[in-house]
Amino acid sequence: MIGVISYLVFFATVASILSIAVLGLNLQWGNTGLFNGGVVAFFGAGAYGTLILGGTPQAGQMGGFELPYLIALLGGMVISGIVAWVVGLLTLRLRHDYLAIATFGVAVAFETVMRNSDWLGGAQGIRGFERPLRDALGNGFSYNLAFLAFVLVVLIGIYLFLERLIASPFGRLLRAIREDETAARSLGKSPSRIRLTAFVAGSVIMGLAGGLYATFYAFISPQDVLPILTFQIWAMLIVGGAGNNKGAVMGTFLIWAAWTASGWALSRFAPMDVQLYTGSIQFVLIGLVIVGMLMWRPQGLFPEKLVVSQSAKDK
Amino acid sequence: MIQNLVDGVLVGSILSLGAIGLTMAMHMLRFANFSHAELLSIGAYAALVFDGLFGAIHPALAEAIPPLSLTWSLSIAILISMALTGVSAVLIDRLVFKRVRAKGGELSMVFASFGVAMIIRNILGLIFGLSPKLYSQDIVFAIVVSRDPFLLIKPDQVFTLVAALLIMVILHVILSRTTFGYALRAVAENPSLAQVSGINLSRMIVLIWLIGGGLAAAAGVFYGLTNQINPVLGRDLVLPIFAATIVGGIGSIYGAVLGGFIVGLASNLALVILPSGYSPAVPFLIILAVLIVRPHGLFGEERT
Repeated sequence: MIGVISYLVFFATVASILSIAVLGLNLQWGNTGLFNGGVVAFFGAGAYGTLILGGTPQAGQMGGFELPYLIALLGGMVISGIVAWVVGLLTLRLRHDYLAIATFGVAVAFETVMRNSDWLGGAQGIRGFERPLRDALGNGFSYNLAFLAFVLVVLIGIYLFLERLIASPFGRLLRAIREDETAARSLGKSPSRIRLTAFVAGSVIMGLAGGLYATFYAFISPQDVLPILTFQIWAMLIVGGAGNNKGAVMGTFLIWAAWTASGWALSRFAPMDVQLYTGSIQFVLIGLVIVGMLMWRPQGLFPEKLVVSQSAKDK
Repeated sequence: MIQNLVDGVLVGSILSLGAIGLTMAMHMLRFANFSHAELLSIGAYAALVFDGLFGAIHPALAEAIPPLSLTWSLSIAILISMALTGVSAVLIDRLVFKRVRAKGGELSMVFASFGVAMIIRNILGLIFGLSPKLYSQDIVFAIVVSRDPFLLIKPDQVFTLVAALLIMVILHVILSRTTFGYALRAVAENPSLAQVSGINLSRMIVLIWLIGGGLAAAAGVFYGLTNQINPVLGRDLVLPIFAATIVGGIGSIYGAVLGGFIVGLASNLALVILPSGYSPAVPFLIILAVLIVRPHGLFGEERT
């Protein structure tokens, strides 16, 4: 019984962390219509940043600054934000597919650099991170429970923040730009600046998720920032419903449950010689989920609620 | 250094073939097709299958054409693979992209293309296994062209380069000398005006997929001939091919050709200063450089 509960805690922690990343993507794609093809790069920048700033010194590696945990986490978010700002500055003025290609490229470059730079952990990844409050909470079940509570608080905080944000004039502006850029421009708004703001903000939220993820495992390696994570995060948003924060969170839990369940079922019931290919089978499945949703229910399970502004309702 | 230049030209010719189809589809259908590089994989594996088939039908076909490792059966298989890959590209468009196009915006297409790439890549892995394959098990020795500077060239590489250039010349003749070529360019310039002039847009889209798929198949086979074939071929080539289209300017066919060579050369020359592990990141640096210096590429035009 305790095994099941501790697994549920583990599952809920990972799913909640991923939900935060999906909420970040929802701000970019769902609310603003920005295509981010390299979610892992921003997620990874937050993860690496947090561990490098907050970890203990390791031989031959940069970092080990042993900063207080919350400052390290914030630092990771700032690093994600800087990466996003550079990419966004170069691409957001251009046709939308440039952003898709450049963000995809940033993820490839990020993984390549992390894998090959020994001073950034190399293929072995970064270890030697002391999880915060470990002395007080121990290393067992109670720690995981406390960490889940912390992640949930962050998730709820981000959720409420984003709900407020999209209901605010700024949120209206984002949707206005997504729907009709020319009209927004004619009203004196600057679409490229607003887009950059939304892009950086979304990436910072992904960086926060990455920092939490790295804290949870006290470890990060290039193996954690493979392109498949980007697909999973998209699938979560598309299934949940782009533009709807509740849908984003629901989609995350649903897809993450389906992913882990399919992995478990394949490893349990598939014959031995198929085991090598379970990854491929799962990838085909997630590809089918993305394509199938786009073909038959592009609005997702929880469609975006169309907001009619006050003045239009009065008429 | 000289070796890197020569290798760069060779890789460049393969990237050019891939980029031509990508840039045409991107321009016409207004979306970044991340599954285009998977057409190279489809082409490479299709040729592998037919190569084996023809070799089994008649042993003489399995003989290599000296001094190449290329066999007679593979040369026929290339043509069949080009046709098949073109047809697959049309089918993928019919099955997925056309429906998504009808339902959603341009960016849904980009998502869908990622999903399609994922499906194709892993199904190829499931069918053919994850280990790399070769067209020929024979070892073809590279010819030492010169010892100082040291330069090795394989006969297959020379063949690949000549064949790629020949395909591009044929395409050029078609584009500049035939009514079809005019129609294609007209559609690329202004789709609605082209339709008013009696050009059938949906037929042009089919033709573009056929050509793009065919060229991609040739590129895939040439890549397999000079390297090896594996299911992640598309994943490894998608970024360099995109870089080639961006360097050339999205929509410009001649730009894509030039862009392919530039990206191939730059990636190989970068190996002079960078450890080879970093090479997957080089196309991204090229993209960034182009976006800073000349955002619309060499021959691209400004468009929103």
